[in-house]
Amino acid sequence: MLQEKKSKRGTFIALLCVAALLVLVLVLENTMRPTSMLFTVLKKGAVYAVVATSMNLLNGFTGLFSLGQAGFMLLGAYTYAILTIPVADRESVYYLYQGTIVNFSLPDLFGGADTPLGLVLGVLLALILAGCVAAAVAWLIGLPVLRLKSDYLAIATLGFGEIIRAIFQWDVLGPVTNGANALKSFPTFSSFNIENADGDVVLRLSTFVPFLLAAICIGIIVLLINSSYGRAFKAIREDEVAAEAMGINLAKHKRPSFCISSFFAGVGGGMFAMFASQAQAKTFTTAMTYEILLIVVIGGLGSISGSSIAAFLYVAASEWWLRFLDAETYIGDFKVPFLRTGFRMVVFSIIIMIVVLFFRRGLMGDKELTDLFRPRRKQKEAAK
Amino acid sequence: MQYAISILLSGVSLGGQYALIAIGYTMVYGILRLINFAHGDVFMVAGLMTVYLSTFLPIYVCLPLTAVLTVLLGFVIERVAYKPLRSAPRMSVMISAIGVSYLLQNLATYITGGLPQMYPQVPGLSASVTIAGTSTKWVTIVTPFLVVALVIALTQLINHTKIGMAMRAVAKDFETSQLMGIKINNVISMTFIIGSFLAAVGSMLYFTNYQSIVPLSGALPGLRAFVAAVFGGIGSIPGAVIGAFLIGICESIIKGSDWSVFSDAFTFALLIVVLVVKPTGLFGEKVTDKV
Amino acid sequence: MKWNKVIALAMTGALSLGLLSACSGGGTSSAPEGDSGSSSGEKVVRIGVFEPATGDSGAGGKQEMLGMQYANRETPTVDIGGETYQVELVYADNGSDPAKAPTAAAELVNQDVSLVLGSYGSSVAMAGGPTFDEAGLSVIGVTCTNPNITAGNDYYFRICFLDNFQAQVLVNFAKDKFNAQKAYLLGELGNEYDQGLISYFEQNFDGEVVKDSFPTNTSDFTTYLNKAAAEGCDVIFCPVSIAYSTQIVKLAADTNLDIPILGSDTLDSNMVLEAAAGSNVQLYVSTFYQEGGSPEFDEGIKAWLNEDSTAMTNNGGNDTIAAVTAMGYDANYVALEALKAAGSTDPGDVKAALPGVTYTGVSGAIAFDEQGDAIRDTAYIKTADNANEAWTLETVQTAE
Repeated sequence: MLQEKKSKRGTFIALLCVAALLVLVLVLENTMRPTSMLFTVLKKGAVYAVVATSMNLLNGFTGLFSLGQAGFMLLGAYTYAILTIPVADRESVYYLYQGTIVNFSLPDLFGGADTPLGLVLGVLLALILAGCVAAAVAWLIGLPVLRLKSDYLAIATLGFGEIIRAIFQWDVLGPVTNGANALKSFPTFSSFNIENADGDVVLRLSTFVPFLLAAICIGIIVLLINSSYGRAFKAIREDEVAAEAMGINLAKHKRPSFCISSFFAGVGGGMFAMFASQAQAKTFTTAMTYEILLIVVIGGLGSISGSSIAAFLYVAASEWWLRFLDAETYIGDFKVPFLRTGFRMVVFSIIIMIVVLFFRRGLMGDKELTDLFRPRRKQKEAAK
Repeated sequence: MQYAISILLSGVSLGGQYALIAIGYTMVYGILRLINFAHGDVFMVAGLMTVYLSTFLPIYVCLPLTAVLTVLLGFVIERVAYKPLRSAPRMSVMISAIGVSYLLQNLATYITGGLPQMYPQVPGLSASVTIAGTSTKWVTIVTPFLVVALVIALTQLINHTKIGMAMRAVAKDFETSQLMGIKINNVISMTFIIGSFLAAVGSMLYFTNYQSIVPLSGALPGLRAFVAAVFGGIGSIPGAVIGAFLIGICESIIKGSDWSVFSDAFTFALLIVVLVVKPTGLFGEKVTDKV
Repeated sequence: MKWNKVIALAMTGALSLGLLSACSGGGTSSAPEGDSGSSSGEKVVRIGVFEPATGDSGAGGKQEMLGMQYANRETPTVDIGGETYQVELVYADNGSDPAKAPTAAAELVNQDVSLVLGSYGSSVAMAGGPTFDEAGLSVIGVTCTNPNITAGNDYYFRICFLDNFQAQVLVNFAKDKFNAQKAYLLGELGNEYDQGLISYFEQNFDGEVVKDSFPTNTSDFTTYLNKAAAEGCDVIFCPVSIAYSTQIVKLAADTNLDIPILGSDTLDSNMVLEAAAGSNVQLYVSTFYQEGGSPEFDEGIKAWLNEDSTAMTNNGGNDTIAAVTAMGYDANYVALEALKAAGSTDPGDVKAALPGVTYTGVSGAIAFDEQGDAIRDTAYIKTADNANEAWTLETVQTAE
């Protein structure tokens, strides 16, 4: 009884924190210089947070080691892009194929991407469909692949990502996927900035929107994990054979976990396309999957708040804070040794190795941020 | 006809080079149950070492030195990145392997400055030869024979020496062999040493053929070699070799067909099919999970 | 347990601290332009360099930057609105990777540059374009030839010719010189630059074509070259990045391939030349500049390369001048012209002034059309002189 009350209070506090964060982002964005690197990092961080959380659901909570995340992101990004490029721009985007065979656009159906209704509905629907396509493909792939054990599953999903990439780059499918060329001209995060009649921005929402989307996606994942499904997932992680003996149908639980994770990877992919203002198969490589996996590990396998925080830390560190390491620097006449192009990534990968080796549980272990603020005595009791 | 021969030749030589990498994968997996993602990058680093050593050393000193240094690298990687995680879940070790691979690639980018490096000419191997109207390098012809010789030597080592016996025991049952007094760390180090040595030899053959080295040069051959190891049955050395030759030849044929776009995708599709239909591969042993 | 908590809290703290510092950082750097560098008593104008220094196109990007650096050495100051400004180049490595390009672009925007030069490679230019567009920062594309870069982007300009023109030139050349009936087209799978050129080549070529794409990081091209020979193709067209073209040319040299290889501007590199050295491979590339076009520039930059070892390494170890270096050099001067014309360092003024800028550089006269593309109708076709390891001018082609 008491504990339930506690957890309810925890949820309330968490919701409050998220709301405060969203407000903070909104205020910062409208008071600070909009071109600051901070916002680029925040946007990309929000996108990566969604994808990392989705991967954590699979790897951390269900214990299925999948490396197909970039492949599902690719599916999501392309679905989103194909569905939202305004019909008027299609000719110029598909310039090598003299137009496309997909001749409708979701925002156009609701009155065009310039109207608030068309933009919001079109983008939301396209993102949801992006998730659905990824989930549907995941279901198909899952049929054979989920029977495989840990590292075999990893390598099979990795291979799947490579196959998807080759298919989307195939020029026979060009009228749909635009072959090797990037899809662009679709609504991005900046399309959400509210402008007045003169074209001046009155209210900036371009960072707020990804944060809101990320908060919703992560919120749904958290709800799922705390449901009975989530507990079954954890049981599979702890001991597959025992879970099966306890009457948990393995296939029945692994598959939804795989599909749901892919769904959010797909949504994340769509968001990534919005962030990058373009979708191109070339970007969704195995290296991207590794990046996301490392975020999950740094945050702690099995911690949602860990993954979210780590996503921001990772993006900020690799794209922003460590950039000075790439530039040759002089202090007076003294040339600082080692600093030149590429050094940033070396330092960064050493940091990652240190985390992997010495802080194996990552930032948060399998704890959540809300656990940290709970009195320790209570926590011990709960453990009993 | 001439075209068919050229495809077959390049397939066989590719296969031979993959085989040398695949053995490293299969031996490590057989003992540690670890997909050593960094193995392909060790292969790439071996190539870069030769490039840099050859700027101030004659080539016949440089090649053996590369082999020694690569072996050292493999040994150090195992001690630093895998040994501390021996009792950790398998996922952690695999992540550590990915981390090492990431580190090696970034280090290579830093050192080369992102510029492609040209592998030096190896006297004898780099010379051209014409077979049935197809022009190729000597290394193409030498590769399969060298691979077979190395594999025979390796099987002798595994079947007839004390360390080989220990390796087989550890692969069979990790814990029991420990109880039997086998120094497990030495055995594992030995595995990495052999694997790295073969990767170094593989890099010499591979880069003599395809001379340009970039930091990602090891990634694809590495993955293909791993597929070959799975295809042949992981843990089985003859399996890895036969799997590698098959993959090499298939890859060449597909590149020569109208489906060249899917040459990589095919390799992975094959992997998924093999895993699903016959997870133990062509020659693998059946493994049952112990509760 | 306890430690974990401490670490977690510490890291969260670090994150928020970082955000705070970002706020203050953003605050100071948003100070008026003219103030920057006032401590030294000299005014500074910053020009962003958006180029790949790593990845597939790293080699080309570095050569392009050499041109800019040399121009900057030669003319380190510019008079804007009656005052002398020190020109500072600010670099951001886009890593040849469209995924990293937006953040690299954002980094330049964050650094308060007045305009940007770059990039080598079309994919990254397209990926970074929207970021510049949004920030209202104009970019002068140096050798990014894909038509889609300036289309739909008001802030992207370029000083080079376009892919459709380049492909047309090469098709004409293939027909005039080799009477080609059948062509083998080879590009990297999923690379916008390669595939765009291949498509244009195919559209303009009236003979038969055989097309192939190889996956990223391929190093075995034997089968592809053998296929071209087996199919009886008259020419091979491979508009691929330097990393791949060196391998293809090297392989062709080793196997005594007797089919001529046609390349796009990316193949105009001394590394490709080196790969062909001493063999009898026939290599033709279309390009922007031919060494000897401006003896003064050639001499000056060679002298610099020979005295600066880092620059020499970045140029691939010898002093052959790549066309992209000449283009980088011209781009820098176009930028200076734009700054002069704008009369201020404000990106908005620079953008307004850029369309009207004309300049006669070492690679020819430069002016922009309404799209922001350079008005150019000349391409040089060079051939590799394998015995002397040098390029010789084959012909000068103009559009018909």
